[in-house]
Amino acid sequence: MAKTIKIRAKAKNGVTVVKALITHPMETGLRKNKKTGEMIPAHFIQEVVCKHNGKEVINCEWGGSVSKNPYLAFKFKGGKKDDAIELAWKDNKGNGDSISAKIR
Amino acid sequence: MTISRREFVRLMGLAGAAGMLPASAFAAARKPSDLYEIPKFGNLCLMHMTDCHAQLNPIYFREPSVNLGIGKARGKAPHIVGKAFLEHYDIAPGSIEAHAFTYLDFDNAAKKFGKVGGFSHLATLVKRLRAERGDGNSLLLDGGDTWQGSGTAYWTRGKDMVGACNLLGVDVMTGHWEFTYLDKEVISNIADFKGEFVAQNVSVNDDALFDYKFADFAGFDEDSGLAFKPYTMKSVNGMRVAVIGQAFPYTPIANPQRFIPDWTFGIQDERMQSMVNHVRENEKPDLVVVISHNGMDVDLKMASRVSGIDVIFGGHTHDGVPRPVEVSNKGGKTLVTNAGSNGKFLGVMDLDVSKGKLKGYRYRLVPIFSNLLEADKEMQTYIDKVRAPYKDKLEKKLAVAGETLYRRGNFNGTFDQIICDALNKVNDSQISLSPGFRWGTTVLPGQAITMDHVMDQTCITYPETYRREMTGEEIKAILEDVCDNLFNTDPYYQQGGDMVRVGGMDYVCEPGQTMGKRISNMTLDNGSKIEARKKYMVSGWATVGSQSPGRPIWDVVADYLKEQGTVKIKKLNTPKLVGVKGNPGIAG
Amino acid sequence: MSLNQKRRVFLKGSLAVGALGAAAGLITPGAVLAAWNKNAFTAKSIDEAIAASNGQPVTTPSTDITIKAPDIAENGAVVPVSVATKMKGVDSITLLVEKNSTPLSAVFHLPKGTLPDVSTRVKMGKTGDVIAVVKANGKLFSARKGVKVTIGGCGG
Repeated sequence: MAKTIKIRAKAKNGVTVVKALITHPMETGLRKNKKTGEMIPAHFIQEVVCKHNGKEVINCEWGGSVSKNPYLAFKFKGGKKDDAIELAWKDNKGNGDSISAKIR
Repeated sequence: MTISRREFVRLMGLAGAAGMLPASAFAAARKPSDLYEIPKFGNLCLMHMTDCHAQLNPIYFREPSVNLGIGKARGKAPHIVGKAFLEHYDIAPGSIEAHAFTYLDFDNAAKKFGKVGGFSHLATLVKRLRAERGDGNSLLLDGGDTWQGSGTAYWTRGKDMVGACNLLGVDVMTGHWEFTYLDKEVISNIADFKGEFVAQNVSVNDDALFDYKFADFAGFDEDSGLAFKPYTMKSVNGMRVAVIGQAFPYTPIANPQRFIPDWTFGIQDERMQSMVNHVRENEKPDLVVVISHNGMDVDLKMASRVSGIDVIFGGHTHDGVPRPVEVSNKGGKTLVTNAGSNGKFLGVMDLDVSKGKLKGYRYRLVPIFSNLLEADKEMQTYIDKVRAPYKDKLEKKLAVAGETLYRRGNFNGTFDQIICDALNKVNDSQISLSPGFRWGTTVLPGQAITMDHVMDQTCITYPETYRREMTGEEIKAILEDVCDNLFNTDPYYQQGGDMVRVGGMDYVCEPGQTMGKRISNMTLDNGSKIEARKKYMVSGWATVGSQSPGRPIWDVVADYLKEQGTVKIKKLNTPKLVGVKGNPGIAG
Repeated sequence: MSLNQKRRVFLKGSLAVGALGAAAGLITPGAVLAAWNKNAFTAKSIDEAIAASNGQPVTTPSTDITIKAPDIAENGAVVPVSVATKMKGVDSITLLVEKNSTPLSAVFHLPKGTLPDVSTRVKMGKTGDVIAVVKANGKLFSARKGVKVTIGGCGG
């Protein structure tokens, strides 16, 4: 269930622009809970992969300093309307999510 | 309805003869043609108002005695005050212009020449100039900070000003304090505005674009992500004039982001360049102008980096600058103006334009003296109607001014001191902090301080006060941070406000230093040193990050004033300045 | 195209994405196999972080790299950064935040056909530089852009 990902891919003049927004706390592990004084455990996305018609078009390694609810935008050559775009992420706790969409 | 110049002179005569004008004003009014006769030049006229801060009625406004320029800005417009200003612009001391542009002999001159601004008086001048230039040969541009600054603007959420601007016939505007209402109110006010709202530097955030709540708003463009129309093309006397908008670049930093979470700003001068290029290539303009809320120093830098703009009509920093500054860039020259604040001035630029070229211009920054310009009846009726529900509350007398009460200037003004003193007294704190806004009208000695005045000084959409402990280190960090927004030698890092006002403490400030090194020797009013690790009780208002829990600042100030009777400040907590001797931006 | 139509198309697009994603679930999180470079992301210095992520710490400053980031951050916790270059043969773009206790923020591996033009948002604790390292044809190039992080308020 792709509840955590919003994605939009649009092809124009031979280039596809992919924009994705992921819901995630992106806790660095370096922050204290102001009320309890305890460290908030690290919880952040480490890897994001995006494929176009099954072929990888970007592979990201992220640290905890990527902002909460991360945003990713990139461009690749080729891609046309209705081609398949898939995006998946995995965090340091082994959780993850994926989404499948069509280029518009 | 338009009034011809002849009729205007006749009306002025009648007003004088009928004793409607005070004697001293009549003396000045005998030759109104001197002040308001602006000879025609060229083929089109651009009128520019900015930063009126919702002042519908005439007011007093004291220009600053401290407006320091640091680094390359030292001694250059707009960082010149008082006598240095008169000399620089060749203005006769004691003249009505000297009063309009400087703080010199303020109380006497204010009594002699009367109040300034007021939309009904402004309307008379605008109508007259429009009639003189001929139908369709002029435009009225508004640089923003129009919907905020008075009680009625606050209570009507800016709608009173939208109505006044529609009556006045504003053609194009941009904004800053407009964005301190809720985003949906901004959208709704723009919908009611009969002119056009332009801003090339406001985008919808990356995340908000995924499901943008104002996707139906006509100004929004999904492809570019711009939240508002970046520019508009106007036909003026057959010439194609491009008007590009530049909103205040640091709105979500200087003001709360929480009211406009989906919008992101910035100077965006690269986008400005591509916008100018786009306009020049695709729109066949005869003239390209920008209405900017950058502030003058930022405009001067932008004009040196971006080419292809003929004129930047600037605002935000409230500088009344009589002559445009001509800035060279690789495309030629760009004129940069700044047109004061609080409805006190109307910038009038007559231009000679043909076949895509600006051949020449004449500029006057015309002061609006309400005794010299008959009130426009239609506008006055509108203003009276807008104020009627709030009139009693606003005109309530709270105290009497024992001295001139003003805000404008790099450091504490006397009205700021009252706000700071009120905070310390009412909230039982040692130190108070109050923002260095550049708006806020002036009260003359002996004049009653009304709720109108208090609202002029305080009414913002985040007026809540706070009272909390801060360490000396935290207080210094705040002072340093704000001081860098004011005196950073790179204008792109300036935010256009003045220094945070303080109560209960003094400090030494060296504007020419770098961030972290400008503030020293912080002491409490009793002379004891403020220590970095020690905690102090601090109160303040206008919290940008989140809503503070306390009462609105205007209630705190009103309570304090009611106890005072006649208000004279005991001590002005203005810093001791280092390294500014001989700087023309400070009264000698 | 009227605004209402535009709106409708946009909504339809969003819905289609949701439906398809839920039904197909084409790639599972487990399929993400890139090895996350722990040494690089826990490195405390810029040089260490670049060395651990790109093989060696030395980069050549280049004006062919464009970093788009605000002069003053609107919110230090969410600073939008875009890195683009016209260089050919770009394999990866590495993004670092100078003053963060662990400077490395992200590494974008770009297969052939993907343009060297990426955007994300990073956290910045204080005023400092955002650094981009571009690996092109095995060589490392870099650029910096200063971002001021301020307390805000008191303006206008």
